Amino acid sequence: MSQRTVAVASRVGLHARPAMIFTQAVEASGVPVTIARPGGEPVDAGSILFVMSLGVPSGEEVRLEADGPDADRVLDELVTLLATDLDAPEASEAS
Amino acid sequence: MTTGVAVVLQGVGVGRRAAVGPVARVQPVPAVPGDAPLVVGGEVLTGERAQEVVSRAFADVSAALAGQSRRATGTVKDVLAATAQMADDRALRSQVLTRVGAGEPVVAAVDGVVETFATMFTQAGGYLAERVTDLRSVRDRVVAAAMGLPAPGVPELTEPSVVVATDLAPADTAALDLDKVLAIVTELGGPTGHTAIIAGQLGLPCLVRVHGVTDLADGTRVAVDAASGLVTVDPDDALVAELDRRAAAERALESDTDAGATADGHTVQLLANIGTAADAVRVAGTAAEGVGLFRTEVLFLEATAEPTVAEQSAAYAAALAALPGRKVVVRTLDAGADKPLAFATQPDEENPALGVRGYRLVRTNADLVEHQLEALAQAQRSTGQAPWVMAPMIATADEARDFARRARAHGIERVGVMVEVPSAALRAAEILAEVDFVSLGTNDLAQYTMATDRLRGELADLLDPWQPAVLDLVAATARAGTQLGKPVGVCGESAADPVFALVLVGLGVTSLSMSSGALPAVRFAVRSHTLERCRELAAGALAAASAQAARDVVVDGLDPDVRAALGV
Repeated sequence: MSQRTVAVASRVGLHARPAMIFTQAVEASGVPVTIARPGGEPVDAGSILFVMSLGVPSGEEVRLEADGPDADRVLDELVTLLATDLDAPEASEAS
Repeated sequence: MTTGVAVVLQGVGVGRRAAVGPVARVQPVPAVPGDAPLVVGGEVLTGERAQEVVSRAFADVSAALAGQSRRATGTVKDVLAATAQMADDRALRSQVLTRVGAGEPVVAAVDGVVETFATMFTQAGGYLAERVTDLRSVRDRVVAAAMGLPAPGVPELTEPSVVVATDLAPADTAALDLDKVLAIVTELGGPTGHTAIIAGQLGLPCLVRVHGVTDLADGTRVAVDAASGLVTVDPDDALVAELDRRAAAERALESDTDAGATADGHTVQLLANIGTAADAVRVAGTAAEGVGLFRTEVLFLEATAEPTVAEQSAAYAAALAALPGRKVVVRTLDAGADKPLAFATQPDEENPALGVRGYRLVRTNADLVEHQLEALAQAQRSTGQAPWVMAPMIATADEARDFARRARAHGIERVGVMVEVPSAALRAAEILAEVDFVSLGTNDLAQYTMATDRLRGELADLLDPWQPAVLDLVAATARAGTQLGKPVGVCGESAADPVFALVLVGLGVTSLSMSSGALPAVRFAVRSHTLERCRELAAGALAAASAQAARDVVVDGLDPDVRAALGV
């Protein structure tokens, strides 16, 4: 089991567009990933509904977990994504 | 087409415009019991085969929404994209499939899973709570797709159409592709409800309370005439030609762009009602002499928290800058009752129309008023244009004095209040002594005078501004303005009726504000009568015993050419 902890950089928190970009990246990776708030229950990180319902505000840390041979690579990519302000105008061109 | 439907349907027209085109129905939410069996081709499906149908329903709904989103623009595009992704959510889909696989009926399984998420969203509050509507719309669409029913909600319009609905929620109106809407017709609703006001602002013909209209099949050609209140199914060439002639006459009226005045030159300012800075830009291109009602709550409707002073100031400045040298009357936040705001409305009011709404919010949240006045003052400084600023729902001279003191402390130069409560109309002289001007909101004045909810379409006859008691209160307010030499405007929908407008002028009202589409006909009616004639018409209306009698006597007294041109 690999784990990462990262603070959400998007200024709106993990809502709306940032949540959409993040869950799409998880789905594209093909690896089952969970996401949890500090002390909270882990939920499917590929589900926009679960990710949005966490209601993670900007600047708060989340814990990502995954298993398997690709887990570390995928988690590193997701950490980079969450550490970016996905609500910034330039992020919309990248997506 | 459906059999047994009358060829002509009667409703209540909003405005006077007409259109001819095919029906596009807004489909209601599927009414399916939770335990309804899933029947495909006469066979009841369960287990794996039910899972296949449900899985395909999710995929089809998501693909359809994504496709609509690609073809849409602006906020409609974003809302549709977000809803498409919810429909595509793997947790939602797998949980529903698991429950269906375990033998639960399809509708109950979808409802159960959607409710779990809706509860989580509601508990999270704020932005997420507002997304519950999108979640429920996914639920409705998936249930309809699985059960083989038409997709609910606003249809995607492929050609200019007459949109027909049981009733339209503000969110439905926002989802309409307006370039393809010829007219809006609803089975329920009232002439001063949300749909009617929006349609008026867009210059669209609108009919409400048209019984039986939702029985018409999609694609049925109809003629919609707001002036007569009639929907004619399969109209003949003669009717289509007559409506074309009326549209041409309407365009001819638009060629008069001079300032509003009676035949003998008595000035009557003709102004437009707006809700956003974008509306102000549109109005700038018309012959409107300015804005008589800027409904600022429209800026706040989408917000979950109070917009900052800087955000508000930018919006007000944009509206003022779009209309240099023209009068702009701004109404401070009118939240509550039928216009709830997430951050300002009192929860759990049993009688919100009589509760803490309009300027009364100052009692519970004075900062909201102070911030808005500060933002307006900033916009006044940055544009060099002084807005006229008025407060809604004033009942007493004390309230008017309190508002005027606050507004002037911020440097607002022209301060006024709305007259919508009968007490304010009866004591208009005391109220006018405190402020620089008043504006009559005839929709609310009728609602409060006649004790009739504006949203109850079946009581539309009581809400009629022609009701003698309402006319008396308008007359009392106008008289006070004339005596004190202060402006008395009208910014309710009644000002948009060219016949009623003449009565208002005769009573002493100095400006009329309406949806900009209504201006040409009102300008024409006012220009065709002298002030003395308007006074005679007003006296006749005041002497009448009923709303119908008041209107009849005024219509009889109209210049015959005007009567013919306006089709009244």
